[in-house]
Amino acid sequence: MDADAVAPEGGAADWERRSVVPMLPVARPRKLSKVPFVEMADGALQGVVSSGSDISRVYVSAITAGSHEASCSTNNNRPCGGGGVQCNHIWALVDEAVERFGLHRVARFLQVDLEESDTYGGALIRRMRPKPGPKVAARVFSRFLAHLTYLEVPATVEPLPELHWFPSGVGR
Amino acid sequence: MRGVQLAELTGTAPSGVEAALDVVAGFDGALLQGLGRLDATGTSALAGLAGAVAATPLGPRVAEAVEKITAGSIADDSLALLAGARSALLGAVHDALLAQLDAARGRERRPWTPPAGGAPEGSAGAAAPGGEGPLAGARSWLTEVAITGWRGVDADSVAAAAQVVSGLLAAPGRRRLAVLLDGLVAELRAGSPLVTLDRVPARRWGDLWSRAVLLARPGDGAPSGGNPAGTNDGATDGGDAVPAGPGGSGGETVSGRLLVLGVDVHEHPTAVQAQVHAILEPTGGAPSRLVRTSVAAAKVDTVLGPTMWQLLGDHPVLLGALAHGVGLEVTDLVLRPGGDLIWRDDRARPAEPADPFAVARVQLGDVLADGAPPLDRHPAGIAEPVLLEGYTASRDSDGGVTFDVDGTAIGATIDRLPTCGPLTPELVAASSACIGLLRWDAGRWLVQPLAVQVATKRKTTVAQTGDWALGADGPRASKAAKATDAVSVLRERAGRLLRR
Repeated sequence: MDADAVAPEGGAADWERRSVVPMLPVARPRKLSKVPFVEMADGALQGVVSSGSDISRVYVSAITAGSHEASCSTNNNRPCGGGGVQCNHIWALVDEAVERFGLHRVARFLQVDLEESDTYGGALIRRMRPKPGPKVAARVFSRFLAHLTYLEVPATVEPLPELHWFPSGVGR
Repeated sequence: MRGVQLAELTGTAPSGVEAALDVVAGFDGALLQGLGRLDATGTSALAGLAGAVAATPLGPRVAEAVEKITAGSIADDSLALLAGARSALLGAVHDALLAQLDAARGRERRPWTPPAGGAPEGSAGAAAPGGEGPLAGARSWLTEVAITGWRGVDADSVAAAAQVVSGLLAAPGRRRLAVLLDGLVAELRAGSPLVTLDRVPARRWGDLWSRAVLLARPGDGAPSGGNPAGTNDGATDGGDAVPAGPGGSGGETVSGRLLVLGVDVHEHPTAVQAQVHAILEPTGGAPSRLVRTSVAAAKVDTVLGPTMWQLLGDHPVLLGALAHGVGLEVTDLVLRPGGDLIWRDDRARPAEPADPFAVARVQLGDVLADGAPPLDRHPAGIAEPVLLEGYTASRDSDGGVTFDVDGTAIGATIDRLPTCGPLTPELVAASSACIGLLRWDAGRWLVQPLAVQVATKRKTTVAQTGDWALGADGPRASKAAKATDAVSVLRERAGRLLRR
């Protein structure tokens, strides 16, 4: 049972008959300067990690669910100096994902069997033993740019009644 | 609202509600299973849906659609009829619940009528060139989902939906559908792989799917004439040609004094909406009206808490009214049938201070309310402002809060306290008066607090969801604001990376 995913209230039948139930992980504020983007999508845990040394460089890191193939390179496809399998960027990505989504949700998505003693992101990496995979920088980077374009979508005064299904604070 | 009035609500559900919801649950089960792989239970659930609307104008067409689908021929049009039938049932439930509420508190509610002198049908579509492409994409995705069932939605399908959403966001007049689908897709993504998800929120996803199907119908931007959801059980309106919804402009032009009751905040990873509930005192002495005005913005998941108000910063007069507790003078705003006041910050200016509790005490009792537009009739959309006073609040064993109002108990939705405001479960549990929204979900009435009064020995303090609309103060606020300013960090990153 993924404790982060759903907070059971009442019986199962009641839960299935509710229109408003928390289905997303509780969002916590996190620092974005190191890992501005992390997501579990397209069958991979993937994201963008800022370079520690060059402010205008970012690394695109990803681990595929199931096969645990990892890759890390700059957004221009230059290889990561850390080897791109268990480099600092992959570690930062996994740590941030655990911070954002919770350890169990990330493990379930990546299809990693955790032991009870596993309590942090590093344990996930040790269980996975990532192996080198194909470069995915272009695809992931375009997801990041698409993500940023939300900040350019104009505000609206048109009522959006469907947002009653999405109250702020659910699952907090 | 008094305890004896509340007791009328919490006592028994209106007749037929449970039966209607059983039919909906049957359909939701079939949708979970996948309409392309129905077993006997699923087939009989669809037949049940057709049976439930048999006596309405929808009846014959839904029956025909069910026949086609159970025979394995699943097309957009047939699915729209099923979604329409499901929405009609929930619309009837909505009407019955609201009638019960209005009877309990003696409220007058004007039935919804098509806007007089509104834009001709089709105008919104005409104003949305190229809007049909993304709509077709949305329809085919929704059809595919219905065929495979929720657990059949895989990473490729979720990726396809993301493409559909970005097309809709770029198309004018499709914001409702875009925001709805984006919220649903975020949940599908978070639940991946769905094939092994513990349990599926069948009612919730059924609601979102059905609404999306109706909003994705071809034609004008509004779900309009011939929209199945416009036809309910015939008890409250028999009409079936009803323009409504997005782009369905029209309505009356109003001016007057706007007195805020409170603000309800909605959010999912890529959208935020502040919906202000208020009383409009029209210039010229016409009866006061209960209205809502909504401002919304796109966001990303890392923008949360009080930072969200920054995204709504184009409306400083409205946000100022929330933060400072002042009334507003508004001039020539459009009031849609249904009670949506379309906000224009340049047509509003601050007036004298207005205490929401005083406003609610004096005016909320007999203010004129409007019936919801046909498509919006759904129990999840019920959000009726209410004032509760003189109750005893207590903490439940599971962390919830219950108000005992003159001996009648009603639960408070402490999971609906927005992250961008100062209300906490502790404050709600310590309160003795509350302005809230009456909500209904899965057979229970609940109150969602928007403002609470907490009396201590020395003084009475008030906390409201909109207190931080112009920025946060106090220890809890500064803690929340301490998280890096997500908007500026992302813009900085975008600026550097997009230049390359």
